[in-house]
Amino acid sequence: MCLAIPGKIRSIESQYDGLVRMAKVQFGGITKEASLEMVPAAKEGDYVLVHVGVAISIVDEAEAQKTFEYLKEIGEIDELIEHTQI
Amino acid sequence: MKFLNEYRDADVVAQYLDEIRRTATQPWTIMEVCGGQTHSLVKNGLIQLLPDKVRMVHGPGCPVCVTPLHQIDKAVHLAMEHGVILCSYGDMLRVPGSKMSLLEAKAAGADVRILYSPLEAVKIARENPGKEVVFFAVGFETTAPANALSVIHAQRAGVGNYSILTSHVLVPPAIEAVMNDDASHIQGFLAAGHVCAIVGIDEYYPLVERYKIPVVVTGFEPVDLLQGILMVVRQLEKGEHRLENQYSRIVRPEGNPEARKVIAQVFETTDREWRGIGNIPMSGYELRPEFSAYDANKKFNVNIEKVSESAECIAGLVLKGIKKPHECPQFGKKCRPESPLGAPMVSSEGACAAYYHFSQAMEEVA
Ligand code: SF4
Repeated sequence: MCLAIPGKIRSIESQYDGLVRMAKVQFGGITKEASLEMVPAAKEGDYVLVHVGVAISIVDEAEAQKTFEYLKEIGEIDELIEHTQI
Repeated sequence: MKFLNEYRDADVVAQYLDEIRRTATQPWTIMEVCGGQTHSLVKNGLIQLLPDKVRMVHGPGCPVCVTPLHQIDKAVHLAMEHGVILCSYGDMLRVPGSKMSLLEAKAAGADVRILYSPLEAVKIARENPGKEVVFFAVGFETTAPANALSVIHAQRAGVGNYSILTSHVLVPPAIEAVMNDDASHIQGFLAAGHVCAIVGIDEYYPLVERYKIPVVVTGFEPVDLLQGILMVVRQLEKGEHRLENQYSRIVRPEGNPEARKVIAQVFETTDREWRGIGNIPMSGYELRPEFSAYDANKKFNVNIEKVSESAECIAGLVLKGIKKPHECPQFGKKCRPESPLGAPMVSSEGACAAYYHFSQAMEEVA
């Protein structure tokens, strides 16, 4: 649970009547919601490192791809899927 | 399970291993603090590939492993007796409490949910106004912004039936505790990259000076780890001690200012008990008094008896790098991932589980 996973921002929306800025972030075949509160400059199409539902930094695309592939190889992406089953 | 030659970076990895071998002229003991790094070192077989002179020992950087038994019992109690919707991360739910784990509580009928993020718990609270929702908030500095933000979301949206049970821990005081133990002989540290991505690197300068040890902020991929290890070994060979940043593509010296702001707004530092290690002064976060309405400890005032740990588990020695997991007499015998005696066998980031899975995989290929 300690690693941050890179994904691509697909769309940005505000929630809770405009009080909260959230994004739909795509990790390979999985899309999750993430808060953009810690990365105010992030915009649609950017890659962000997401840790437990919060984007913590913007990364470049090549770095994001490389890290994502690595995490997939060591099975860390399974965590995203496991947590979808409530 | 993947092995090193399957990685695209295999050549680079081999080059780094060579360079480490050439550089190390005497034995060195280095600790990686982060459980994600332990997992990566063991799973990729790097531990075996490093020259004998470079001995890696594994630190207390797995939040699930250091969450006290008493806290788990409290969470179970809230789920079973107070009828709350108890949410946490998957790993946390499997940790055995003194009577049961949260997953067992779920099987017994309690409403226990595995979530990816504490922000989802606020949504659940909003959708279930008649119920109390508690998020069991463990983690190091990396996880603190998300847990803090969940409280801010609840406050902004006027969600009153949400609270967190915090058991937050911090890396620099853990390094101090390890260094202050006479039985540990650590000569250098790899600091956790993602932790520093949040809080920055400033807190490590005083540690480098006080203990005269090299500290290198390091990522978690094989090449990152080997580069970090090489940087530590180079310093040790030259008799230097400096703070270096191997992971500068992610870690800025000041960390993430927005995240630091949110943490400072919601949390304050406090003494914290670490499972297997004991109390470490100023080593955790708790909610500031102005957020006490969101503090499950205050809201529910759970008073349950403290139960002592299994005497057979030597997790304290493992977490401080004094013993390796396979040196524990129960390792792989009474203690296995399906029936863990201690937390380091539960979480995939725990040193005992990492060693166990690796030894299984080695038998399969042998
Ligand atoms: S192998 Fe099991 S009993 Fe031994 S230290 Fe690890 S968790 Fe504890």
